[in-house]
Amino acid sequence: MITLRDVHKAFGANKVLRGVDLEVPRGSSMVIIGGSGSGKSVALKCVLGLVPPDAGQILVDGKDATRGDRDAFLARFGMLFQGGALFDSLPVWQNVAFRLLRGSLKRPRDEAREIAVEKLRRVGLSPDVADLFPSELSGGMQKRVGLARAIAAEPEIIFFDEPTTGLDPIMAGVINDLIREIVTEMGATAMTITHDMTSVRAIADNVAMLYDGVIKWTGPVAEMDNSGDPYLDQFIHGRADGPIAAVR
Amino acid sequence: MIAAAPLAYLGRQTLALLALTGQVSLFTAQGLSHIFRPPFYGREFLVALLQIGWLSLPVVGLTAFFTGGALALQIYDGSTRFSAEAVVPQIVAIGMVRELGPVLGGLMIAARVTSSIAAEIATMKVTEQIDALVTLSTHPMKYLTAPRVLAALLVVPALVGVGDVIGVFGGFIVSTQQLGFNPSTYIHNTVDFLEVRDVLSSLAKGCAFGGIAATMGCYFGMNSGRGAQGVGQATKGSVQAAAVLILAANFLLTSLFFGT
Ligand SMILES: Nc1ncnc2c1ncn2[C@@H]1O[C@H](COP(=O)(O)OP(=O)(O)O)[C@@H](O)[C@H]1O
Ligand SMILES: [Mg+2]
Repeated sequence: MITLRDVHKAFGANKVLRGVDLEVPRGSSMVIIGGSGSGKSVALKCVLGLVPPDAGQILVDGKDATRGDRDAFLARFGMLFQGGALFDSLPVWQNVAFRLLRGSLKRPRDEAREIAVEKLRRVGLSPDVADLFPSELSGGMQKRVGLARAIAAEPEIIFFDEPTTGLDPIMAGVINDLIREIVTEMGATAMTITHDMTSVRAIADNVAMLYDGVIKWTGPVAEMDNSGDPYLDQFIHGRADGPIAAVR
Repeated sequence: MIAAAPLAYLGRQTLALLALTGQVSLFTAQGLSHIFRPPFYGREFLVALLQIGWLSLPVVGLTAFFTGGALALQIYDGSTRFSAEAVVPQIVAIGMVRELGPVLGGLMIAARVTSSIAAEIATMKVTEQIDALVTLSTHPMKYLTAPRVLAALLVVPALVGVGDVIGVFGGFIVSTQQLGFNPSTYIHNTVDFLEVRDVLSSLAKGCAFGGIAATMGCYFGMNSGRGAQGVGQATKGSVQAAAVLILAANFLLTSLFFGT
């Protein structure tokens, strides 16, 4: 279970998070929606400790995420970054198997490679891709390699930052199914950021909308359509006019 | 108010410089401490060794060769006809080994290695690769900084040593081919005149300059701002800082070795 309590984060005068409260039950899939620049990525990075929050509490299974053994803490996590964040000095398979080639989860090299190729297949990439370098791939392919890397060590908690952005509709469908599968079959806890409403409906158990630095609405995905919240309504229907200003 | 403005500016700059000095010292201490604590990343170390040492050899060698040659011409021009055959080899040897070899080698390393380390790490930072390292339970200081700093500490002295030899050789070529010196007398004069202290000081300088060059590249890379502009600023800052620090360290080491 992941709990955020009154989390604040500002970059200089830019107050990005102004008291975020959120609960993600173990083994469930939470989708965070919200306008671009609303602080969704920053919120995920706060949980991982990549960005230190200015105030508030972040608990993972009841324990303060910012204290204690960082290595043990991070070993439970997988993260797909918004831009992929692949290591461009390493070929694709070594990116995917990064965790399996060093540290506490180290395996023999050929075994690590086998796992990498299998994970690549699960995100719809053929084994030929394994020996290419990230710079030789399209944006959508890089995204999927990032996804394969995030799930390679079969983490308990997985964060996906815009997993389907830049993918064609069919590939987006494949990735949505994959994320759903990881949650239901492996029992992982997932937090996914997306703008794609098809994705939201395919992936989410619960939905949270971040607006103006706080969680404006949160609830089960089934209640999203008749929430009666004008902000949420405008967002999920993509209307230009409503309470959310188009110029931000 | 207006009269105080330049003073305030000066104060701010001084404070900023002091803060930077503190941060850089802390970073250096951390970087060095990670060299001795596991996990160690052997592959990254070997790549750094190749990048910093082997691939810098042409640039450092050419710099030393031309400098040694020019030095020989200068001294010949400045000395009397009869003493030249004794004085030229001696001053070329002293000048190259004590000062020009390490300093020019260090500056070339700053231009080549510091800039590329800074640009690479800054780009990794900007594209979230550093964040990705952290989430993959890999300490960026261990994985990126420690191998590069260690490689530079070990390989730059060797590079400087080779540069010294090539520099002396440059002087030898010019003296024997152009000035008509006797080759064996030249070599004899060089070897006789150089002391162990000269060579040791050269290698010690190489070690210090290598450490400075790699550490500055890593520090500015890791602390890069966002976007392409951030990478540009980091690269520029790293080369500037490395060059100035190398020259300052050179003064310190010279006074340590040869100051009375
Ligand atoms: N490292 C950083 N330094 C300064 N500002 C940042 C940083 N990271 C994010 N921001 C700012 O925080 C805001 C939210 O960013 P982000 O969380 O990436 O938005 P999104 O909701 O689209 O993921 C933006 O205004 C962005 O400029
Ligand atoms: Mg984002």
